[in-house]
Amino acid sequence: MARALIHVPPSAKRGDVIEIKTLISHVMETGYRIGVTGAPIPRDIIDDFVCTYNGEEVFRAKLYPAIAANPFISFFTVATESGTLAFSWTDQHGATQVQTAAITVV
Amino acid sequence: MKKVNGCGGRLLMRVPSPRRAEGTQRERLAALVLVSMILLRATAAWAAEIPLDQRRPDSDFVSADSRAMQNDDTGNPAMLVLLDGEALWNTKAGAANKSCADCHGDAEKSMKGVAARYPAYASALGRPVDLEQQINLSRTTDQKAPPFAFESKELLALTVYIARQSRGMPVAVKDDAKAKPFIAAGRALFEQRQGQLNLSCAQCHDDNWGKTLAGNLIPQAMPTGYPIYRLEWQAVGSLQRRLRNCMSGMRAETYEFGAPELVDLEYYLMWRARGMAMEAPAVRP
Repeated sequence: MARALIHVPPSAKRGDVIEIKTLISHVMETGYRIGVTGAPIPRDIIDDFVCTYNGEEVFRAKLYPAIAANPFISFFTVATESGTLAFSWTDQHGATQVQTAAITVV
Repeated sequence: MKKVNGCGGRLLMRVPSPRRAEGTQRERLAALVLVSMILLRATAAWAAEIPLDQRRPDSDFVSADSRAMQNDDTGNPAMLVLLDGEALWNTKAGAANKSCADCHGDAEKSMKGVAARYPAYASALGRPVDLEQQINLSRTTDQKAPPFAFESKELLALTVYIARQSRGMPVAVKDDAKAKPFIAAGRALFEQRQGQLNLSCAQCHDDNWGKTLAGNLIPQAMPTGYPIYRLEWQAVGSLQRRLRNCMSGMRAETYEFGAPELVDLEYYLMWRARGMAMEAPAVRP
């Protein structure tokens, strides 16, 4: 499993706009590069990222070969209720990695 | 001292136009070559170390964005490598079946300030080793495990993990009688012209820091942030990788990873940055 780092404020006031930051370890190989033997290095990228807040999708991103290695994605959402934010990264082969973070809304 | 770089450029610009007589052209060229040779000699004589109070960390020479990325533990991609290093620290290895933690305990305590003291003289070898080499020494002698290859994922991960424990601490490499000859050798290499471009490290980093080379500001070469996450590499790399990079940029033959010359140079550079705050793992363009 790839390493991922997530930053979600542990607590927020209801209605607050909160910043969420995610970083995941991935080569994001473009498929346009040539290796030392002269053979092309096959494309290998994460192409989909979704964040759900208590099951409801709040953010989605499509990723393409121009995204650098170890994609960093940061976005904002509104703190509505206590619960769980789930983050899932899916690569071009369909493998998905999910990680969660808890938030307390007062 | 910063006026003389680019003699070559001026020489080219002042070549007379082809309409003039060839004899005059030759004479002028000869005179200009002479003048530039004198100037180049003068440059060598003017090359001087940066005064201690004018030293600035390399992070002063990167964009505010890169600096923010470096100082944000969720944004700095080297932190992903650090997690690998932490896992390795606690993994048993080798015939001794011991982990780093079995002897050194909690790295956050035992490794505090360690990276700021490397390279350091290793009596077993009779010469200095850098942090990567020290990790491999511990692996082979204490864990009885095969050493990691230079620039391998594992060696970089452990180095990042250990270096991180010194963040904010002052560089404190030893400069006692044992270390001095190696620091001096590193300094000689720093000041020696090399490669097809016939440049020395000092010509950029002592004489022309703060100016631009291609699009990038030339830093003072204070290696307080290594291993770094370099955006160009899209990966973490060691100081030796960076030094080899600069050397191939000067069209010089690069030393092999682990070469004594590279360690001497690392030692001199860390000594040059003595007292400055460690910022590993740094983010660089």
